[in-house]
Amino acid sequence: MLEIDNIAKTFFPKTPNEVRALRGVNLQIENGSVVVVIGMNGSGKSTLLNAVAGTFLLDTGAIRLAGRDITRWPEHRRAKLIGRVFQNPFSGTAPTMTIAENLALALKRGRPRGLGWGLGSNLRDELRERVRHMGLGLEDRLDNPIGTLSGGQRQSLTLLMAALVKPDLLLLDEHTAALDPKSADQVIRLTEEIIREHKLTTLMVTHSMHQAAHLGDRLIMMVRGRVLHDYSGAEKKRLRPEDLLSRFDEVRRAEQLDESAAEMLRAMYV
Amino acid sequence: MALLIGAFTIGTVLSLLALGVLISFRILAFRDLTVDGSITLGGAVAAELLVRGFPPLVATAVAFLAGMAAGAVTGILHTKLQINGLLAGILVMTALYSVNLHVMGKSNVPLLEEKTIFSPVRQLAADGSTAKVWGWEVQPQELLVLGFMLASIAIIGAIVYAFFRTNLGLAMRATGDNPQMICALGVDVGWMITLGVAMANGLVALAGAFLVQYQGFADVQMGIGMVVWGFASVIIGETLVGSRQLGLLITGVVMGSILFRLLVAIALRWGLNPNDLKLVTAAFVLAALVLPDVAANLRKRVANA
Repeated sequence: MLEIDNIAKTFFPKTPNEVRALRGVNLQIENGSVVVVIGMNGSGKSTLLNAVAGTFLLDTGAIRLAGRDITRWPEHRRAKLIGRVFQNPFSGTAPTMTIAENLALALKRGRPRGLGWGLGSNLRDELRERVRHMGLGLEDRLDNPIGTLSGGQRQSLTLLMAALVKPDLLLLDEHTAALDPKSADQVIRLTEEIIREHKLTTLMVTHSMHQAAHLGDRLIMMVRGRVLHDYSGAEKKRLRPEDLLSRFDEVRRAEQLDESAAEMLRAMYV
Repeated sequence: MALLIGAFTIGTVLSLLALGVLISFRILAFRDLTVDGSITLGGAVAAELLVRGFPPLVATAVAFLAGMAAGAVTGILHTKLQINGLLAGILVMTALYSVNLHVMGKSNVPLLEEKTIFSPVRQLAADGSTAKVWGWEVQPQELLVLGFMLASIAIIGAIVYAFFRTNLGLAMRATGDNPQMICALGVDVGWMITLGVAMANGLVALAGAFLVQYQGFADVQMGIGMVVWGFASVIIGETLVGSRQLGLLITGVVMGSILFRLLVAIALRWGLNPNDLKLVTAAFVLAALVLPDVAANLRKRVANA
Protein backbone atom coordinates (compact mmCIF):
# COMPACT_ATOMS: atom_id res chain seq x y z
CA MET A 1 0.00 0.00 0.00
CA LEU A 2 1.23 3.48 -0.94
CA GLU A 3 0.30 6.38 1.33
CA ILE A 4 1.07 9.91 0.21
CA ASP A 5 0.44 12.28 3.04
CA ASN A 6 0.06 15.97 2.23
CA ILE A 7 3.29 16.34 0.25
CA ALA A 8 4.54 19.65 -1.13
CA LYS A 9 7.51 20.67 -3.23
CA THR A 10 8.66 24.03 -4.56
CA PHE A 11 11.51 24.16 -7.03
CA PHE A 12 13.88 27.17 -7.09
CA PRO A 13 12.21 28.74 -4.04
CA LYS A 14 12.46 32.52 -3.66
CA THR A 15 13.74 33.07 -7.20
CA PRO A 16 11.92 34.43 -10.27
CA ASN A 17 11.78 30.82 -11.53
CA GLU A 18 9.96 29.54 -8.45
CA VAL A 19 7.66 26.63 -9.31
CA ARG A 20 5.22 25.29 -6.76
CA ALA A 21 5.02 21.86 -8.35
CA LEU A 22 3.16 20.01 -5.57
CA ARG A 23 0.84 21.85 -3.20
CA GLY A 24 -0.38 19.34 -0.69
CA VAL A 25 -1.18 16.05 -2.41
CA ASN A 26 -2.92 13.29 -0.48
CA LEU A 27 -3.31 9.88 -1.98
CA GLN A 28 -3.79 6.33 -0.79
CA ILE A 29 -3.34 3.43 -3.15
CA GLU A 30 -4.44 -0.04 -2.11
CA ASN A 31 -2.35 -3.08 -2.98
CA GLY A 32 -3.09 -4.34 -6.47
CA SER A 33 -4.75 -1.11 -7.53
CA VAL A 34 -3.83 0.47 -10.86
CA VAL A 35 -4.02 4.26 -10.72
CA VAL A 36 -3.79 6.44 -13.82
CA VAL A 37 -2.70 10.05 -13.39
CA ILE A 38 -3.58 12.70 -15.96
CA GLY A 39 -3.12 16.43 -16.05
CA MET A 40 -1.97 19.24 -18.31
CA ASN A 41 1.67 20.22 -18.73
CA GLY A 42 2.98 21.60 -15.47
CA SER A 43 0.16 20.12 -13.42
CA GLY A 44 2.64 18.19 -11.29
CA LYS A 45 1.82 14.68 -12.43
CA SER A 46 5.38 13.70 -13.31
CA THR A 47 6.62 15.53 -10.22
CA LEU A 48 4.30 13.36 -8.15
CA LEU A 49 5.82 10.25 -9.66
CA ASN A 50 9.35 11.54 -9.14
CA ALA A 51 8.52 12.39 -5.52
CA VAL A 52 7.53 8.78 -4.93
CA ALA A 53 10.61 7.52 -6.82
CA GLY A 54 12.84 9.76 -4.72
CA THR A 55 14.38 11.88 -7.49
CA PHE A 56 14.22 14.80 -5.04
CA LEU A 57 13.40 15.20 -1.37
CA LEU A 58 10.11 16.77 -0.27
CA ASP A 59 9.64 20.13 1.44
CA THR A 60 6.84 18.79 3.63
CA GLY A 61 4.70 15.69 3.93
CA ALA A 62 5.45 12.00 4.10
CA ILE A 63 5.40 8.96 1.84
CA ARG A 64 4.90 5.43 3.15
CA LEU A 65 5.19 2.32 1.03
CA ALA A 66 4.70 -1.29 2.11
CA GLY A 67 4.48 -0.18 5.73
CA ARG A 68 7.75 1.75 5.66
CA ASP A 69 8.32 5.49 5.84
CA ILE A 70 10.43 6.17 2.75
CA THR A 71 10.23 9.97 2.90
CA ARG A 72 13.95 10.38 3.63
CA TRP A 73 15.21 7.39 1.64
CA PRO A 74 17.55 8.20 -1.27
CA GLU A 75 16.44 7.18 -4.75
CA HIS A 76 18.60 4.06 -5.04
CA ARG A 77 17.36 2.73 -1.70
CA ARG A 78 13.73 3.08 -2.77
CA ALA A 79 14.52 0.94 -5.80
CA LYS A 80 14.27 -2.04 -3.46
CA LEU A 81 10.49 -1.46 -3.38
CA ILE A 82 9.85 0.34 -6.66
CA GLY A 83 10.14 -0.66 -10.32
CA ARG A 84 10.22 2.15 -12.87
CA VAL A 85 9.74 2.76 -16.59
CA PHE A 86 10.71 6.18 -17.92
CA GLN A 87 9.25 8.27 -20.71
CA ASN A 88 12.47 8.18 -22.71
CA PRO A 89 13.14 4.65 -24.05
CA PHE A 90 16.87 5.37 -23.74
CA SER A 91 16.62 5.96 -20.00
CA GLY A 92 15.67 2.51 -18.81
CA THR A 93 18.45 0.35 -20.22
CA ALA A 94 22.24 0.36 -20.52
CA PRO A 95 22.80 0.66 -24.30
CA THR A 96 26.27 -0.88 -24.72
CA MET A 97 25.42 -3.86 -22.54
CA THR A 98 23.64 -6.91 -23.88
CA ILE A 99 19.98 -7.82 -23.31
CA ALA A 100 21.03 -10.63 -20.99
CA GLU A 101 23.32 -8.35 -18.99
CA ASN A 102 20.59 -5.74 -18.59
CA LEU A 103 18.18 -8.39 -17.35
CA ALA A 104 20.80 -9.71 -14.94
CA LEU A 105 21.15 -6.19 -13.56
CA ALA A 106 17.38 -5.97 -13.09
CA LEU A 107 17.33 -9.32 -11.32
CA LYS A 108 19.45 -7.78 -8.55
CA ARG A 109 17.28 -4.68 -8.13
CA GLY A 110 17.64 -3.39 -4.59
CA ARG A 111 19.76 -6.33 -3.50
CA PRO A 112 23.47 -6.38 -2.64
CA ARG A 113 25.72 -6.99 -5.62
CA GLY A 114 28.79 -9.05 -4.89
CA LEU A 115 31.47 -10.90 -6.81
CA GLY A 116 29.27 -13.78 -7.95
CA TRP A 117 28.96 -14.28 -11.70
CA GLY A 118 26.37 -11.94 -13.16
CA LEU A 119 25.27 -14.45 -15.78
CA GLY A 120 25.43 -18.15 -15.01
CA SER A 121 24.18 -20.55 -17.69
CA ASN A 122 21.12 -21.54 -15.59
CA LEU A 123 20.26 -17.89 -15.31
CA ARG A 124 20.62 -17.39 -19.07
CA ASP A 125 18.09 -20.15 -19.73
CA GLU A 126 15.68 -18.66 -17.23
CA LEU A 127 16.06 -15.18 -18.73
CA ARG A 128 15.58 -16.58 -22.23
CA GLU A 129 12.23 -18.04 -21.12
CA ARG A 130 11.11 -14.75 -19.64
CA VAL A 131 12.00 -12.92 -22.86
CA ARG A 132 10.32 -15.58 -25.03
CA HIS A 133 7.20 -15.17 -22.89
CA MET A 134 7.07 -11.49 -23.97
CA GLY A 135 6.63 -12.59 -27.57
CA LEU A 136 8.87 -10.02 -29.22
CA GLY A 137 11.25 -12.53 -30.79
CA LEU A 138 14.16 -11.19 -28.77
CA GLU A 139 15.02 -14.51 -27.11
CA ASP A 140 17.61 -15.30 -29.80
CA ARG A 141 19.26 -11.91 -29.48
CA LEU A 142 20.18 -12.08 -25.80
CA ASP A 143 23.81 -11.22 -26.56
CA ASN A 144 23.05 -8.19 -28.71
CA PRO A 145 23.70 -4.77 -27.18
CA ILE A 146 20.43 -3.09 -26.20
CA GLY A 147 21.51 -0.06 -28.22
CA THR A 148 20.72 -2.00 -31.40
CA LEU A 149 17.02 -2.34 -30.51
CA SER A 150 14.14 -0.04 -31.40
CA GLY A 151 12.52 2.27 -28.86
CA GLY A 152 9.47 0.02 -28.52
CA GLN A 153 11.61 -3.06 -27.93
CA ARG A 154 13.67 -1.22 -25.35
CA GLN A 155 10.60 0.03 -23.55
CA SER A 156 9.16 -3.51 -23.49
CA LEU A 157 12.40 -4.79 -22.00
CA THR A 158 12.43 -1.99 -19.43
CA LEU A 159 8.94 -3.08 -18.40
CA LEU A 160 10.06 -6.67 -18.10
CA MET A 161 13.07 -5.53 -16.07
CA ALA A 162 10.93 -3.41 -13.74
CA ALA A 163 8.78 -6.44 -12.94
CA LEU A 164 11.50 -9.11 -13.05
CA VAL A 165 11.64 -8.99 -9.28
CA LYS A 166 8.10 -8.20 -8.12
CA PRO A 167 8.08 -4.57 -6.94
CA ASP A 168 5.75 -3.24 -4.24
CA LEU A 169 4.98 -0.40 -6.62
CA LEU A 170 5.36 0.04 -10.37
CA LEU A 171 5.85 3.60 -11.62
CA LEU A 172 5.14 4.30 -15.29
CA ASP A 173 6.02 7.82 -16.40
CA GLU A 174 4.31 8.40 -19.78
CA HIS A 175 6.16 5.35 -20.93
CA THR A 176 4.55 5.26 -24.38
CA ALA A 177 4.69 9.01 -25.14
CA ALA A 178 7.92 8.77 -27.14
CA LEU A 179 6.88 5.74 -29.22
CA ASP A 180 5.19 5.42 -32.58
CA PRO A 181 1.48 4.42 -32.33
CA LYS A 182 2.07 0.76 -33.19
CA SER A 183 4.85 0.30 -30.64
CA ALA A 184 2.83 2.25 -28.09
CA ASP A 185 -0.07 -0.19 -28.51
CA GLN A 186 2.26 -3.12 -28.12
CA VAL A 187 3.86 -1.70 -24.98
CA ILE A 188 0.45 -0.92 -23.47
CA ARG A 189 -0.72 -4.47 -24.13
CA LEU A 190 2.42 -5.80 -22.47
CA THR A 191 1.90 -3.40 -19.57
CA GLU A 192 -1.60 -4.74 -18.93
CA GLU A 193 -0.35 -8.30 -19.18
CA ILE A 194 2.50 -7.81 -16.73
CA ILE A 195 0.36 -5.88 -14.24
CA ARG A 196 -2.35 -8.54 -14.34
CA GLU A 197 0.05 -11.46 -14.14
CA HIS A 198 1.96 -10.16 -11.12
CA LYS A 199 -0.97 -8.21 -9.58
CA LEU A 200 1.22 -5.10 -9.42
CA THR A 201 0.27 -1.95 -7.56
CA THR A 202 0.76 0.66 -10.24
CA LEU A 203 0.94 4.42 -10.55
CA MET A 204 0.89 5.45 -14.19
CA VAL A 205 1.14 8.91 -15.71
CA THR A 206 -0.19 9.33 -19.23
CA HIS A 207 -0.90 11.95 -21.86
CA SER A 208 -3.26 9.70 -23.75
CA MET A 209 -6.92 10.18 -22.88
CA HIS A 210 -7.58 6.85 -24.55
CA GLN A 211 -5.20 5.04 -22.20
CA ALA A 212 -6.54 7.01 -19.24
CA ALA A 213 -10.11 5.96 -19.99
CA HIS A 214 -9.39 2.30 -20.68
CA LEU A 215 -6.63 1.39 -18.27
CA GLY A 216 -6.64 1.01 -14.53
CA ASP A 217 -9.30 0.94 -11.87
CA ARG A 218 -8.84 4.48 -10.64
CA LEU A 219 -8.14 7.81 -12.29
CA ILE A 220 -6.68 10.95 -10.80
CA MET A 221 -6.66 14.32 -12.48
CA MET A 222 -4.13 16.82 -11.27
CA VAL A 223 -4.31 20.57 -11.70
CA ARG A 224 -1.67 23.02 -10.47
CA GLY A 225 -0.01 20.64 -8.08
CA ARG A 226 -3.21 19.35 -6.50
CA VAL A 227 -5.54 16.41 -7.04
CA LEU A 228 -8.72 17.87 -8.57
CA HIS A 229 -10.70 14.74 -9.48
CA ASP A 230 -10.43 11.21 -8.17
CA TYR A 231 -12.60 8.61 -9.91
CA SER A 232 -12.75 4.97 -8.95
CA GLY A 233 -15.01 1.94 -9.17
CA ALA A 234 -18.04 2.19 -11.43
CA GLU A 235 -17.52 5.90 -11.93
CA LYS A 236 -14.08 5.26 -13.41
CA LYS A 237 -15.46 2.49 -15.63
CA ARG A 238 -18.05 4.83 -17.13
CA LEU A 239 -15.46 7.48 -18.07
CA ARG A 240 -14.89 8.07 -21.80
CA PRO A 241 -12.03 10.03 -23.36
CA GLU A 242 -14.54 12.77 -24.24
CA ASP A 243 -15.51 13.13 -20.59
CA LEU A 244 -11.89 13.67 -19.66
CA LEU A 245 -11.43 16.25 -22.40
CA SER A 246 -14.44 18.19 -21.19
CA ARG A 247 -13.01 18.14 -17.66
CA PHE A 248 -9.85 19.67 -19.06
CA ASP A 249 -11.91 22.32 -20.83
CA GLU A 250 -13.59 23.21 -17.59
CA VAL A 251 -10.22 23.67 -15.94
CA ARG A 252 -8.99 25.78 -18.83
CA ARG A 253 -12.03 28.02 -18.73
CA ALA A 254 -11.74 28.45 -14.98
CA GLU A 255 -8.11 29.44 -15.33
CA GLN A 256 -8.84 31.90 -18.11
CA LEU A 257 -11.46 33.47 -15.92
CA ASP A 258 -8.89 33.79 -13.16
CA GLU A 259 -6.46 35.51 -15.46
CA SER A 260 -8.95 37.94 -16.97
CA ALA A 261 -10.23 38.73 -13.50
CA ALA A 262 -6.71 39.40 -12.33
CA GLU A 263 -6.12 41.60 -15.38
CA MET A 264 -9.24 43.60 -14.60
CA LEU A 265 -8.26 44.07 -10.98
CA ARG A 266 -4.79 45.16 -12.03
CA ALA A 267 -6.19 47.69 -14.47
CA MET A 268 -8.43 49.12 -11.78
CA TYR A 269 -6.12 49.24 -8.81
CA VAL A 270 -2.48 49.29 -9.96
CA MET B 1 67.24 -5.19 -30.62
CA ALA B 2 67.80 -4.40 -26.94
CA LEU B 3 66.04 -1.11 -27.63
CA LEU B 4 63.01 -2.89 -29.04
CA ILE B 5 62.81 -5.37 -26.18
CA GLY B 6 63.08 -2.50 -23.71
CA ALA B 7 60.29 -0.62 -25.45
CA PHE B 8 58.24 -3.79 -25.56
CA THR B 9 58.68 -4.33 -21.83
CA ILE B 10 57.84 -0.73 -20.90
CA GLY B 11 54.82 -0.93 -23.18
CA THR B 12 53.70 -4.03 -21.29
CA VAL B 13 54.24 -2.34 -17.93
CA LEU B 14 52.32 0.74 -19.02
CA SER B 15 49.43 -1.35 -20.31
CA LEU B 16 48.39 -1.46 -16.64
CA LEU B 17 48.14 2.31 -16.83
CA ALA B 18 46.13 1.95 -20.04
CA LEU B 19 43.79 -0.54 -18.34
CA GLY B 20 43.23 1.96 -15.54
CA VAL B 21 42.48 4.69 -18.06
CA LEU B 22 40.14 2.29 -19.88
CA ILE B 23 38.17 1.77 -16.67
CA SER B 24 37.83 5.44 -15.77
CA PHE B 25 37.52 7.04 -19.22
CA ARG B 26 35.64 4.40 -21.14
CA ILE B 27 33.77 2.17 -18.71
CA LEU B 28 32.84 4.81 -16.13
CA ALA B 29 32.90 7.76 -18.55
CA PHE B 30 34.79 9.66 -15.84
CA ARG B 31 37.59 11.92 -17.06
CA ASP B 32 40.10 11.16 -14.37
CA LEU B 33 43.31 13.21 -14.32
CA THR B 34 44.50 11.75 -11.01
CA VAL B 35 46.55 9.34 -13.13
CA ASP B 36 49.58 11.64 -13.48
CA GLY B 37 49.86 11.73 -9.71
CA SER B 38 48.90 8.19 -8.87
CA ILE B 39 51.41 6.51 -11.20
CA THR B 40 54.16 8.47 -9.45
CA LEU B 41 52.60 7.61 -6.09
CA GLY B 42 52.77 3.92 -6.96
CA GLY B 43 56.39 4.28 -8.03
CA ALA B 44 57.34 6.34 -4.98
CA VAL B 45 55.69 3.99 -2.49
CA ALA B 46 57.22 0.89 -4.10
CA ALA B 47 60.72 2.43 -4.32
CA GLU B 48 60.68 3.72 -0.76
CA LEU B 49 59.49 0.38 0.65
CA LEU B 50 62.14 -1.49 -1.34
CA VAL B 51 64.88 0.81 -0.06
CA ARG B 52 63.66 0.12 3.47
CA GLY B 53 64.02 -3.59 2.84
CA PHE B 54 60.45 -4.74 2.35
CA PRO B 55 59.92 -7.72 0.02
CA PRO B 56 59.15 -6.65 -3.58
CA LEU B 57 55.74 -8.31 -3.56
CA VAL B 58 54.70 -6.37 -0.46
CA ALA B 59 56.05 -3.11 -1.88
CA THR B 60 54.12 -3.65 -5.11
CA ALA B 61 50.89 -4.56 -3.31
CA VAL B 62 51.10 -1.51 -1.02
CA ALA B 63 51.68 0.68 -4.09
CA PHE B 64 48.45 -0.69 -5.55
CA LEU B 65 46.55 0.11 -2.35
CA ALA B 66 48.04 3.62 -2.22
CA GLY B 67 46.81 4.22 -5.77
CA MET B 68 43.34 3.00 -4.79
CA ALA B 69 43.30 5.43 -1.88
CA ALA B 70 44.25 8.33 -4.18
CA GLY B 71 41.51 7.34 -6.62
CA ALA B 72 39.00 7.04 -3.80
CA VAL B 73 39.78 10.63 -2.75
CA THR B 74 39.12 11.84 -6.30
CA GLY B 75 35.89 9.84 -6.39
CA ILE B 76 34.67 11.24 -3.07
CA LEU B 77 35.54 14.81 -4.08
CA HIS B 78 33.47 14.32 -7.20
CA THR B 79 30.49 12.35 -5.91
CA LYS B 80 30.07 13.52 -2.32
CA LEU B 81 31.34 17.10 -2.57
CA GLN B 82 29.91 17.60 -6.08
CA ILE B 83 33.18 18.91 -7.56
CA ASN B 84 33.54 18.69 -11.33
CA GLY B 85 35.30 15.44 -12.25
CA LEU B 86 38.16 17.08 -14.13
CA LEU B 87 38.80 19.50 -11.29
CA ALA B 88 38.65 16.76 -8.65
CA GLY B 89 41.33 14.86 -10.57
CA ILE B 90 43.51 17.94 -10.97
CA LEU B 91 43.24 18.76 -7.27
CA VAL B 92 44.27 15.28 -6.19
CA MET B 93 47.02 15.12 -8.82
CA THR B 94 48.47 18.43 -7.59
CA ALA B 95 48.24 17.39 -3.95
CA LEU B 96 49.91 14.06 -4.78
CA TYR B 97 53.01 15.88 -6.05
CA SER B 98 53.75 16.98 -2.48
CA VAL B 99 52.68 13.63 -1.07
CA ASN B 100 55.09 11.86 -3.41
CA LEU B 101 57.98 14.13 -2.34
CA HIS B 102 57.16 13.32 1.28
CA VAL B 103 57.00 9.60 0.57
CA MET B 104 60.41 9.61 -1.13
CA GLY B 105 61.97 12.34 1.01
CA LYS B 106 63.69 13.68 -2.10
CA SER B 107 62.87 14.01 -5.75
CA ASN B 108 64.63 10.86 -6.94
CA VAL B 109 65.12 7.43 -5.34
CA PRO B 110 67.55 5.08 -7.11
CA LEU B 111 67.16 1.31 -6.73
CA LEU B 112 70.68 0.02 -7.17
CA GLU B 113 71.24 -3.00 -4.97
CA GLU B 114 67.67 -3.53 -3.85
CA LYS B 115 65.89 -6.73 -4.75
CA THR B 116 63.00 -6.00 -7.07
CA ILE B 117 60.12 -8.10 -8.27
CA PHE B 118 62.22 -8.84 -11.35
CA SER B 119 65.31 -10.05 -9.42
CA PRO B 120 64.29 -13.73 -9.22
CA VAL B 121 63.54 -13.69 -12.92
CA ARG B 122 66.84 -12.10 -13.80
CA GLN B 123 68.67 -14.65 -11.66
CA LEU B 124 67.45 -17.42 -13.95
CA ALA B 125 69.96 -16.15 -16.48
CA ALA B 126 72.52 -14.67 -14.16
CA ASP B 127 75.61 -15.34 -16.25
CA GLY B 128 74.77 -12.35 -18.42
CA SER B 129 75.61 -14.13 -21.63
CA THR B 130 73.89 -13.25 -24.90
CA ALA B 131 71.93 -15.58 -27.08
CA LYS B 132 70.80 -15.50 -30.67
CA VAL B 133 67.12 -15.41 -31.51
CA TRP B 134 66.36 -15.48 -35.23
CA GLY B 135 69.81 -14.11 -35.86
CA TRP B 136 69.43 -11.22 -33.40
CA GLU B 137 71.76 -10.85 -30.47
CA VAL B 138 69.65 -10.58 -27.32
CA GLN B 139 70.14 -10.79 -23.59
CA PRO B 140 68.18 -13.72 -22.14
CA GLN B 141 67.66 -11.70 -18.93
CA GLU B 142 65.73 -9.05 -20.77
CA LEU B 143 63.65 -11.65 -22.56
CA LEU B 144 62.82 -13.32 -19.26
CA VAL B 145 61.76 -10.01 -17.73
CA LEU B 146 59.56 -9.34 -20.73
CA GLY B 147 58.04 -12.82 -20.48
CA PHE B 148 57.37 -12.36 -16.79
CA MET B 149 55.74 -9.00 -17.43
CA LEU B 150 53.57 -10.39 -20.23
CA ALA B 151 52.43 -13.23 -17.98
CA SER B 152 51.60 -10.77 -15.19
CA ILE B 153 49.56 -8.62 -17.57
CA ALA B 154 47.72 -11.68 -18.86
CA ILE B 155 46.74 -12.59 -15.28
CA ILE B 156 45.76 -9.06 -14.29
CA GLY B 157 43.85 -8.55 -17.55
CA ALA B 158 41.96 -11.80 -16.93
CA ILE B 159 41.10 -10.67 -13.39
CA VAL B 160 39.80 -7.31 -14.69
CA TYR B 161 37.77 -9.11 -17.35
CA ALA B 162 36.33 -11.53 -14.80
CA PHE B 163 35.48 -8.67 -12.43
CA PHE B 164 33.41 -6.92 -15.07
CA ARG B 165 31.32 -10.05 -15.48
CA THR B 166 30.38 -10.28 -11.80
CA ASN B 167 27.25 -8.65 -10.42
CA LEU B 168 29.32 -5.81 -9.01
CA GLY B 169 31.22 -5.38 -12.29
CA LEU B 170 28.04 -5.36 -14.35
CA ALA B 171 26.65 -2.64 -12.08
CA MET B 172 29.84 -0.62 -12.57
CA ARG B 173 29.60 -0.86 -16.36
CA ALA B 174 25.96 0.18 -16.23
CA THR B 175 26.94 3.16 -14.06
CA GLY B 176 29.06 4.51 -16.89
CA ASP B 177 26.51 3.54 -19.51
CA ASN B 178 23.32 4.89 -17.93
CA PRO B 179 23.47 6.22 -14.36
CA GLN B 180 19.73 6.97 -14.27
CA MET B 181 18.88 3.36 -15.07
CA ILE B 182 21.24 1.78 -12.59
CA CYS B 183 20.08 4.15 -9.85
CA ALA B 184 16.50 3.02 -10.53
CA LEU B 185 17.77 -0.54 -10.06
CA GLY B 186 19.06 0.25 -6.60
CA VAL B 187 22.75 1.06 -7.09
CA ASP B 188 24.34 4.03 -5.33
CA VAL B 189 25.93 5.71 -8.35
CA GLY B 190 28.30 7.84 -6.25
CA TRP B 191 29.72 4.85 -4.44
CA MET B 192 30.07 2.93 -7.69
CA ILE B 193 32.04 5.75 -9.36
CA THR B 194 34.26 6.07 -6.30
CA LEU B 195 34.99 2.35 -6.29
CA GLY B 196 35.69 2.35 -10.03
CA VAL B 197 38.03 5.34 -9.93
CA ALA B 198 39.82 3.77 -6.97
CA MET B 199 40.31 0.52 -8.91
CA ALA B 200 41.52 2.42 -11.97
CA ASN B 201 44.09 4.33 -9.96
CA GLY B 202 45.14 1.16 -8.18
CA LEU B 203 46.05 -0.29 -11.57
CA VAL B 204 47.82 2.94 -12.53
CA ALA B 205 49.86 2.88 -9.32
CA LEU B 206 50.68 -0.76 -10.02
CA ALA B 207 52.07 0.35 -13.38
CA GLY B 208 54.18 2.90 -11.51
CA ALA B 209 55.45 0.24 -9.10
CA PHE B 210 56.49 -2.10 -11.92
CA LEU B 211 58.01 0.78 -13.87
CA VAL B 212 60.38 1.95 -11.13
CA GLN B 213 61.47 -1.63 -10.46
CA TYR B 214 62.15 -2.11 -14.15
CA GLN B 215 64.01 1.14 -14.80
CA GLY B 216 65.75 1.16 -11.41
CA PHE B 217 64.66 4.52 -10.00
CA ALA B 218 61.63 6.52 -8.96
CA ASP B 219 61.35 10.16 -9.92
CA VAL B 220 58.82 12.72 -8.79
CA GLN B 221 58.43 13.91 -12.40
CA MET B 222 57.77 10.48 -13.87
CA GLY B 223 53.99 10.93 -14.04
CA ILE B 224 53.82 14.04 -16.20
CA GLY B 225 51.66 13.45 -19.27
CA MET B 226 50.93 9.85 -18.36
CA VAL B 227 47.17 10.25 -18.59
CA VAL B 228 47.53 11.31 -22.22
CA TRP B 229 49.78 8.32 -22.92
CA GLY B 230 47.22 6.05 -21.36
CA PHE B 231 44.52 7.64 -23.44
CA ALA B 232 46.60 7.25 -26.60
CA SER B 233 47.00 3.55 -25.82
CA VAL B 234 43.25 3.15 -25.31
CA ILE B 235 42.52 4.87 -28.63
CA ILE B 236 45.05 2.73 -30.51
CA GLY B 237 43.68 -0.38 -28.80
CA GLU B 238 40.09 0.43 -29.73
CA THR B 239 41.13 0.97 -33.32
CA LEU B 240 43.09 -2.28 -33.38
CA VAL B 241 40.20 -4.47 -32.26
CA GLY B 242 37.42 -2.33 -33.72
CA SER B 243 34.95 -3.60 -31.13
CA ARG B 244 33.42 -2.46 -27.88
CA GLN B 245 33.22 -5.97 -26.52
CA LEU B 246 34.95 -5.98 -23.19
CA GLY B 247 37.34 -8.92 -23.60
CA LEU B 248 38.55 -7.67 -26.96
CA LEU B 249 38.81 -4.16 -25.60
CA ILE B 250 41.08 -5.24 -22.75
CA THR B 251 43.29 -7.23 -25.14
CA GLY B 252 43.30 -4.33 -27.57
CA VAL B 253 44.32 -1.82 -24.95
CA VAL B 254 47.29 -3.96 -23.88
CA MET B 255 48.32 -4.29 -27.52
CA GLY B 256 47.75 -0.56 -28.01
CA SER B 257 50.04 0.31 -25.14
CA ILE B 258 52.82 -1.93 -26.47
CA LEU B 259 52.40 -0.67 -30.01
CA PHE B 260 52.45 2.92 -28.86
CA ARG B 261 55.71 2.35 -26.96
CA LEU B 262 57.28 0.67 -29.98
CA LEU B 263 56.24 3.57 -32.19
CA VAL B 264 57.78 6.01 -29.73
CA ALA B 265 61.00 4.01 -29.59
CA ILE B 266 61.22 3.90 -33.38
CA ALA B 267 60.44 7.60 -33.69
CA LEU B 268 63.18 8.42 -31.18
CA ARG B 269 65.57 6.16 -33.03
CA TRP B 270 64.80 7.97 -36.27
CA GLY B 271 65.83 11.20 -34.64
CA LEU B 272 62.72 12.62 -33.00
CA ASN B 273 63.87 15.13 -30.41
CA PRO B 274 62.88 13.64 -27.02
CA ASN B 275 61.76 17.12 -25.95
CA ASP B 276 59.06 16.96 -28.61
CA LEU B 277 57.73 13.61 -27.44
CA LYS B 278 54.86 14.91 -25.34
CA LEU B 279 53.90 17.47 -27.97
CA VAL B 280 53.72 14.74 -30.59
CA THR B 281 51.73 12.51 -28.23
CA ALA B 282 49.24 15.27 -27.49
CA ALA B 283 48.90 16.01 -31.21
CA PHE B 284 48.34 12.33 -31.85
CA VAL B 285 45.54 12.09 -29.28
CA LEU B 286 43.98 15.28 -30.61
CA ALA B 287 44.05 13.89 -34.13
CA ALA B 288 42.58 10.59 -33.00
CA LEU B 289 39.74 12.43 -31.26
CA VAL B 290 38.98 14.85 -34.08
CA LEU B 291 39.74 12.92 -37.27
CA PRO B 292 36.81 10.46 -37.12
CA ASP B 293 34.36 13.41 -36.99
CA VAL B 294 36.17 15.29 -39.74
CA ALA B 295 36.20 12.17 -41.90
CA ALA B 296 32.49 11.60 -41.31
CA ASN B 297 31.73 15.21 -42.23
CA LEU B 298 33.81 14.96 -45.39
CA ARG B 299 32.06 11.74 -46.37
CA LYS B 300 28.69 13.38 -45.80
CA ARG B 301 29.71 16.35 -47.92
CA VAL B 302 30.97 14.10 -50.69
CA ALA B 303 27.76 12.07 -50.53
CA ASN B 304 25.65 15.23 -50.75
CA ALA B 305 27.63 16.73 -53.61
